[in-house]
Amino acid sequence: MRAVFFGTALVSVLAVLLICLFLFGNGLPALFKIGPGRFLLGQEWSPADVPPLFGILPMIAGSVYVTATALVLGTPVGLLTAVFLARVCPPRLYRLLKPGVDLLAGIPSVVYGFFGMAAIVPHFRSSILSAGILLGIMILPTMTAIAESALRSVPPQYYEGALALGAGHYRAVFRVILPAARSGVLAAVVLGLGRAVGETMAVIMVAGNQARMPGSIFEGVRTMTANIVLEMGYAAELHREALIATGVVLFVFILLINLCFSALNRRKN
Amino acid sequence: MNMKKNLPARRRKNSAAAATEICLAALTWAAALLSAGVLLYLIGFILSRGLPYLKPSLFSLRYNSTNVSLLPALISTVYMTLLSLALALPLGIGAAIYLAEYARRGHRGVLLIRLAAETLAGIPSIVYGLFGMLFFVTWLGWGYSLLAGACTLAVMILPLLLRASEEALLAVPDAYREGALALGAGKLRTVWRIVLPAAVPGVLAGVILAVGRVVGETAALIYTAGTVARIPVDVFSSARTLSVHMYALSREGLHTNEAYATAVVLLAAVTGLNALAASVAGRLRRES
Amino acid sequence: MNVFEIAQLNLWYGSFQALKNVGLAAADGEITALIGPSGCGKSTLLKVLNRMNDLEPECRITGSVLLRGEDIYGGMNVNELRKRVGMVFQKPNPFPMSVYDNIAFGPRTHGVKSRLELDETVEMSLRQAAIWDEVKDRLRKSALGLSGGQQQRLCIARALAVAPEVLLLDEPTSALDPISTGKIEELLLELKNNYSIIIVTHNMQQATRISDKTAFFLLGEMVEYGDTEKIFTLPRDKRTEDYVTGRFG
Repeated sequence: MRAVFFGTALVSVLAVLLICLFLFGNGLPALFKIGPGRFLLGQEWSPADVPPLFGILPMIAGSVYVTATALVLGTPVGLLTAVFLARVCPPRLYRLLKPGVDLLAGIPSVVYGFFGMAAIVPHFRSSILSAGILLGIMILPTMTAIAESALRSVPPQYYEGALALGAGHYRAVFRVILPAARSGVLAAVVLGLGRAVGETMAVIMVAGNQARMPGSIFEGVRTMTANIVLEMGYAAELHREALIATGVVLFVFILLINLCFSALNRRKN
Repeated sequence: MNMKKNLPARRRKNSAAAATEICLAALTWAAALLSAGVLLYLIGFILSRGLPYLKPSLFSLRYNSTNVSLLPALISTVYMTLLSLALALPLGIGAAIYLAEYARRGHRGVLLIRLAAETLAGIPSIVYGLFGMLFFVTWLGWGYSLLAGACTLAVMILPLLLRASEEALLAVPDAYREGALALGAGKLRTVWRIVLPAAVPGVLAGVILAVGRVVGETAALIYTAGTVARIPVDVFSSARTLSVHMYALSREGLHTNEAYATAVVLLAAVTGLNALAASVAGRLRRES
Repeated sequence: MNVFEIAQLNLWYGSFQALKNVGLAAADGEITALIGPSGCGKSTLLKVLNRMNDLEPECRITGSVLLRGEDIYGGMNVNELRKRVGMVFQKPNPFPMSVYDNIAFGPRTHGVKSRLELDETVEMSLRQAAIWDEVKDRLRKSALGLSGGQQQRLCIARALAVAPEVLLLDEPTSALDPISTGKIEELLLELKNNYSIIIVTHNMQQATRISDKTAFFLLGEMVEYGDTEKIFTLPRDKRTEDYVTGRFG
């Protein structure tokens, strides 16, 4: 029986290997056919041209800008909300707010996308800012949940020690508990970053999806994820492979972020 | 050692400390209010736009462009959920049993398995979608189908189930295991009859989370299960789940109201699942 | 002069009465020891003195506690109170930051920003706590790397850095080895020239070695209070005698 259980456990490893194999196997040839420099640093994406141009720098920049905006907007609110939940919130309010935050985490991306289309886009058009605001909301519950549990696992002696020195409640929380939980809090931010980079459907619905280098955060932009979904439906041959290669680049980004996350988690333990 | 030297520092700036305190308090409360406000606004927005259009015609058995029925998508969602769970749950529990009951800690194989599960947990759904398309749809030749979609989602929810099950198994007190072993039960019998039943609520909590992810998933399904809006007849038919349905409606741009109504159904499903998870978790806490 | 004057103090946790009609005066420049078996209320009394018991839910207090004539439960700012009344805990609890930042936390909290002043306070506090020589080369390293005894002296230094008038110590040596304990006892005898000290201890030898006054508690009641010498040689109460001669607790 041990072997059977071991076999089921190996499925995860097998899955990772298969994902790498199929993604790299189908994406890398295109990357080299196009040329890594022209693919990664090319500023023109026009698959219909003759000859077609497959430069994904606009999409990489798009992902980076949208993610950065989301982090700038979402992180302070998310972390402060975590502080509120872990150290400030009266128990009665907690019983309302905590399920609310959990609910926010469970709402499907498409629903967020719809909300963004109808409630955010009219104010800021389809733009980096709109996508950033929406993603900021979407990563907020993830960050809040992780940061809250990190804050809660700080030993109470730290808090008591700070109070005994005459620090007020908030000073003790922000100057002692928050620093003590910093690797957990950082892990929360990194996890939010991963979610923001990988988010697809919601971004498609609010970012405008123009495949060009963005000039300001009020302009539309296309992320790597959007590039894949938008064109995969009708792409063929090199175009299709170029989309898969976009997926490879995204995958590598995510692997790097995950590496940071695991490293932070290990340090916490 | 003259302590009086420190005295001048003592009396001053008490008001500054109090002001900082008030600032920090205001900041924290403001953030919490903002979070709560966003949540309420979002839910209110969806409900107000969607509820009026939640009509019986939305639940017709056949989808066409006049009734824009969401019932086929609802049924597909149920199929998709059941199928992906049926595929992933045995694997997740089996792997958890291996890690919690059989494996030696720090063994290289165990580290590899953990690393793999962590990696899977961080991969975004669009990458799963690409993989599913390349492997299940094209390489295995299943086409856009319920099965290809469910297999893709199964890989996606596997780390979640694995982790929840493992934590549940590890939370079972060793006294149970010792008790069963002391009665002469074998390892397998101990795990199967004593440890696993005790871990069921924790596993269940993981299952509910997984259902939530399947119900909400879109990006991993568009190019694996396809977007055909009919009730699937077998596992090789294409099927669109509620989330995909909603995305499809938004792409067409014609049936916005029906899309909002779908959002209400999705929201209700997610709320229900969350409540269920909370009650399971609550029971867990009371027992331990 | 008396630092603390406690009169008719009663304290309840919910319906459980943890302190019963306690009256006690702690004098300047003395070490007062609170002794008694576990659960007798001695640690609770200590927490009353800097209002750390505010953290306990359902804690109710009657009676009066005066710090130099001021009622600490009558509108005194609690942070100000805790600045004047320092506390050292049973388990050393240095913050997970550098030695320097640990000591500087208190002064910074109370508005000291000048680098020079902080440097001075840090050095002086560490010297007072007799740990300067051991940590002066690693002020920037994490305080969690110190040994248990060093951590506790660091915590004492941290408490001294806000220039308190009174130092409360809750079984400060119970988690330490005999050598570290000896160092801390020496330190306390040194410190009493500048501070009033109130110490809770399980260790009766410790009380006789360092304290001037001793109060014996039993089941929330203060049974006897007086000169340490008297309490241990000529107790008035039978229960005190039983306790100090080791017949219970």
